[in-house]
Amino acid sequence: MGNQAEGSALNGELDLSQVDALVEPYLDKQGVVIPVLQKIQEHYGYLPRPALERAARRLRIPLSRLYGVATFYAQFKMMPRGRNIIRVCKGTACHIQGGSKIAERIEEILKIKVNETTPDMKFTLEEVACIGACALAPVMMINDEPHGRLTPDKIKKILASYE
Amino acid sequence: MYEKHLMICGATGCLSSNSGKVKEALEAELARRGIKEKYRLVMAGCVGFCEVGPIIVIYPDEVFYCRLKPGDMAELVEKHLIGGEVVERLLYTSPDVEVPGRFYDTIPFYRKQVFNVLRNSGIIDPEIIDEYIMRGGYRAFSRALKMERPQICDEVKRAGLRGRGGAGFPTGMKWEFTMIAPGEKKYVVCNADEGDPGAFMDRSILEGDPHAVIEGMLICGRAIGADEGYIYCRAEYPLAIKRLRIAIAQAEEYGLLGENILASGFNFHLNIKEGAGAFVCGEETALLASIEGKRGMPRPRPPFPAVSGLFGKPTCINNVETFANIPLILREGGVEEFASIGTESSKGTKVFALAGKIRNTGLCEVPMGITIREVIFDVGGGVQGDREFKAVQAGGPSGGCIPAELLDLPIDYDSLTKAGAIMGSGGLVVMDDRTCMVDLARYFLSFTQKESCGKCIPCREGTKRMLEILERICDGSGEPADLDTLESLAFSIKDSALCGLGQTCPNPILSTIRYFRHEYEEHINEQFCRAGVCKALFQYYIDPETCIGCTRCARVCPVSAISGEKKEVHAIDQSLCTRCGSCVEVCPKNSIQITRVRRKADVSS
Repeated sequence: MGNQAEGSALNGELDLSQVDALVEPYLDKQGVVIPVLQKIQEHYGYLPRPALERAARRLRIPLSRLYGVATFYAQFKMMPRGRNIIRVCKGTACHIQGGSKIAERIEEILKIKVNETTPDMKFTLEEVACIGACALAPVMMINDEPHGRLTPDKIKKILASYE
Repeated sequence: MYEKHLMICGATGCLSSNSGKVKEALEAELARRGIKEKYRLVMAGCVGFCEVGPIIVIYPDEVFYCRLKPGDMAELVEKHLIGGEVVERLLYTSPDVEVPGRFYDTIPFYRKQVFNVLRNSGIIDPEIIDEYIMRGGYRAFSRALKMERPQICDEVKRAGLRGRGGAGFPTGMKWEFTMIAPGEKKYVVCNADEGDPGAFMDRSILEGDPHAVIEGMLICGRAIGADEGYIYCRAEYPLAIKRLRIAIAQAEEYGLLGENILASGFNFHLNIKEGAGAFVCGEETALLASIEGKRGMPRPRPPFPAVSGLFGKPTCINNVETFANIPLILREGGVEEFASIGTESSKGTKVFALAGKIRNTGLCEVPMGITIREVIFDVGGGVQGDREFKAVQAGGPSGGCIPAELLDLPIDYDSLTKAGAIMGSGGLVVMDDRTCMVDLARYFLSFTQKESCGKCIPCREGTKRMLEILERICDGSGEPADLDTLESLAFSIKDSALCGLGQTCPNPILSTIRYFRHEYEEHINEQFCRAGVCKALFQYYIDPETCIGCTRCARVCPVSAISGEKKEVHAIDQSLCTRCGSCVEVCPKNSIQITRVRRKADVSS
């Protein structure tokens, strides 16, 4: 997969010295695993394995526990993601207003499935449980921008407006 | 001094319909005319009526402008702010209102609402503590500081407040259990992990009136003897988290949080924990595990959190809306006032998020005991496009569907449970004749199956098996025995799953079978989905009587399955059609109809 090649290339250049600084405020405190993972992901865009290994050593928490928590929560990504994150809402209101057709159309246009990234790293397609903009169903977010009252034929134009 | 205050709805719904751009245009217009300092622009909390966003309410005139565009701002400034006359064009209009609505009293959406929890939302600037205090904020807390602990619990009990997060456990009793639990260190936890799809009540409260939640938690801390609190909020709610952080910092600055609050000797510190996206964390023991930095998995109760909760200490967990009710109850005379609204077993008001195929989507607060019909048709304005009402889904993945024949059911905890739904956190999703109830059950099961934490077998395996059966039925390979298998699986999971979420996940199946058994049977026995949702179980055809040959459907079809000359009747090639429904969306004459799939034998003949 293009993703993995891209990922390992990134890992090669990964600057791990940042991990120590990110972990520093959480040393010797309780309940820190989730905030630490959130910080690492905020910095690298995902959770690179070498960064997790380093954080585990610094925090004296087994890597298995960090990994167990990271894979439990939807927020954490183990793979590098694209420049633009598309989040299609899967909430009830969006579902009954035809939300699944929106995701299908994006999959067709970008030739990727949900939770995949285009080979050129331009888009990552994800689904979220509910954005809470039910009045505008069906909805998707691209990065932090919501797009509402969607129909499948609007998708192409919207995607074209992103670099 | 400002001449007028302009409250621009800055909640997620209006932001999504571009209220940010409207504010920019308004600011630019005021700057251009050099009158910026005369008017105060506030990005306020949710005004509720998401459907007609972006919204601006101008005070003190109390004029409600809606469906605003950046281009409207020049006229608004010119006519209303400078000329002093109302811009009729931008008022709320609807087919059922004769006089264009100026303010809350005349707009049907607001008429039956009672603003308790949402009392400040959209009226104050949520980022300024003084505005909350001006509206009576923190008065209940200072009163509670002078009361004995059991007395506080007693007032909450007498008010009859029940948990707004789902199960409806009496709040005062929960507080009392935590108060009497032995232990020096205790915690207050606010569950703001609003995970139900289709629900956004808690987010709107946090965004619109964060201090109400903080005050509720302070009072709880005082009542149970806790000196520390956590708000566990979804990371998907960045605005709510930002406003909470501001509110906490301001409360600390004012000496309302921290050490020796208001010289009473009472200490209370408040932390925010961002959730990381797991539906199961809405369950209280899973939520506590998540705060402790573990996988958010539930554990058996007892011991209840009131005895052994966060880090093993006695902990009181309530939901956002529950805490937001507390300052109302603890103010002078609040108990009686609170208990005067509602039914025998359910007191006060409830905030609901109206969504789905309803005309007025948005957030509303209604007194308990109001009928579902009033909420859907009077507040909600009925079904979109005047289609036929089929059912309303209450309570999300743990809830159930309420069919048309139960529309006159009063909304309270017990009557909803009896009908097979639950109060839940308050999401109401309306469905019309184009919603397939089997597909809806499949949708909820695919959600719970994905979100099942995997700890107990009934939920982990049971949701998977139920989902497989539902998928099979939606694909047209259902078998007559499937309904019995579904029901027996559902009842065993209800009886044996570890946590509340597992025990309630069969509800969407049970309630749809209970009220819409015929749809299941039609899928299984006749391979037909009358709603036109399950793609293998229907086909589209163009009604030659009504087709006007406008060619729109042919142009929009992504697989070029529709052919026909201009002004002539069009036809669909069934071998190409993917049933994406794009043609249905664009047809001006409603000519694209649903029919049973013709079998091979019929086609060849």
